[in-house]
Amino acid sequence: MQGLIEQLLNGIAMGSIYALVTLGLALVYGIMRILHVAHAAVYTVGAYAGLYIFHGTGNLFLAFIGAMVLCAIMGIIIERFLYYPLMKYPPFVPLIGSITVLLAIEEVCRLVAGPYIITFPAKLPFPEAHIGGIFISSTLMAVYCITASVLFILWYITTKTSLGLAMRATSQDISMASATGINSHMIVSITFIIGSAIAAIAGILVGIYYNQVYPTMGTVPAYKTLALIVVGGLGSVPGAVVASLLLGIGETILIGYANIPLPRDALAFIAMIGVLMWRSEGIMGSSR
Amino acid sequence: MITIGTLIAIQAIAVCGLNVIVGYAGQISLGHAAFFGIGAYTAALFATKAGLSFWASLPIVIAISALIGLLLGLPSIRVREDFLAITTIGINFIVEAIFRYVPFFGGALGIGGIPKIAFYGVRLKGISFFILCLVFLFLVIGLCYWLKKSWASLACYAIREEEQAASTLGISPVKFKLLAFVIGTAIAGIGGSLYAHYMQFISAGDFSFPISVGFLSMLVLGGMGTLWGPVLGTLILGILPEIFRPLVDYRILLYTILLLIMIRFQPGGLLGEGSAMRRIFEPLLRVKR
Repeated sequence: MQGLIEQLLNGIAMGSIYALVTLGLALVYGIMRILHVAHAAVYTVGAYAGLYIFHGTGNLFLAFIGAMVLCAIMGIIIERFLYYPLMKYPPFVPLIGSITVLLAIEEVCRLVAGPYIITFPAKLPFPEAHIGGIFISSTLMAVYCITASVLFILWYITTKTSLGLAMRATSQDISMASATGINSHMIVSITFIIGSAIAAIAGILVGIYYNQVYPTMGTVPAYKTLALIVVGGLGSVPGAVVASLLLGIGETILIGYANIPLPRDALAFIAMIGVLMWRSEGIMGSSR
Repeated sequence: MITIGTLIAIQAIAVCGLNVIVGYAGQISLGHAAFFGIGAYTAALFATKAGLSFWASLPIVIAISALIGLLLGLPSIRVREDFLAITTIGINFIVEAIFRYVPFFGGALGIGGIPKIAFYGVRLKGISFFILCLVFLFLVIGLCYWLKKSWASLACYAIREEEQAASTLGISPVKFKLLAFVIGTAIAGIGGSLYAHYMQFISAGDFSFPISVGFLSMLVLGGMGTLWGPVLGTLILGILPEIFRPLVDYRILLYTILLLIMIRFQPGGLLGEGSAMRRIFEPLLRVKR
């Protein structure tokens, strides 16, 4: 029983990290209808930037801020120079561009930082907890707290502010939004900034959680998060979060208890095809 | 040189198959390497476990690839556009995982010891194998040409451009999408079979998702829906890495950046509508006529 609860806690942590990466993807898809595979590259860069700033200054807070700023800039560059000019083409043209960007950035990381795994020896300043014999480490605690606060801030921005109103309007109909005086290109850029900054947080958290940073750390999340936004309903942010949490818990428990012959990374896709057959708009998507 | 040529010819066959699915029927597929792999694994299993020759197993390989294409095509017709892209990515990952983890398919070690193809008792290698691949490539291009001229292609074209309008005209989208899927995967199966017999050793990594991306970028680069586009795209993307080989470490980076530039500035493909190549060569062709 105790083991099960600990597995569950780990699963929630996994799911939270998936959710942080998937969020950006869902935001971008919602507003631009582009599958932003290169998001995983932004996340890798975030992890590296955080690591280097942490080594340089010794301050974890600075590392988070620096990585977020760098990733936000990267997000805008990708949006301005690749996606925006390609928006009028069929969706697979920007998709191929995006996959190419992912490969190119992975190569840059490999050339700059070397192909080996680097450790991330940071300690997050969060308390540990013992509840009825169950131990929650400070890293787990940090993952929970940071994810919860990011989700809360995002929820607040999108539902309570005029910026959020403009974002929602743009995602529903980009040309109608422009007609009502919203600078929709600006909103698209802001979406990229928010999504990429969250990806940076996710990158640093993954680096600390597994204590490793390596050039291809984005490859598996790149495609797994695609499956997650489908399961959640394309473009639905709450759906993406729920799907991520379910997958994190499902993966950890299935791998721990059921001895299945398939690797855990295939699970997401099997779940995805199952969901598509049963409810093709995803668990929280609206049928368009 | 011959090795590169042979591999390019084999890949061009697979990309032609992809062209039938993506270019003719407008069904985006990012899992083509999986079907290529299914062809290769079927051929390899028949050759090593049942001792069949390439020629004897080829019809069976085509049939099995087409059948699996039909089975995996069924979920794909329920979804469209972005959903379809992600579903096919999923199919690719699942198929690769099955090849890698099921002992029957050789597991992580792959399958080795596949015999070379014999033709009237002569074992083909080097240049003669290259010629064999070229023959198959031309057969496949011939098939594509015939398809392009046929009623099926007209129906597929109508579905690609405007599915609802096409279905009101009595064209069944399901039927023709599946037809394109089956033909495309069968062609990929031929390519896979040649690949298995050429490499003599295959493992799951040869058919992973990046290979699918490669196939699709070859197709998009060459020009979707055109007859020679797939061949041109494969040729360019097949030769580029060889040119960059002296650069060792920077090779993949340069390759991806070039691909990125080409996608960014020629999204319709080099032979597609409105491309630079078309603009240059179209007037010449018109004068000839």
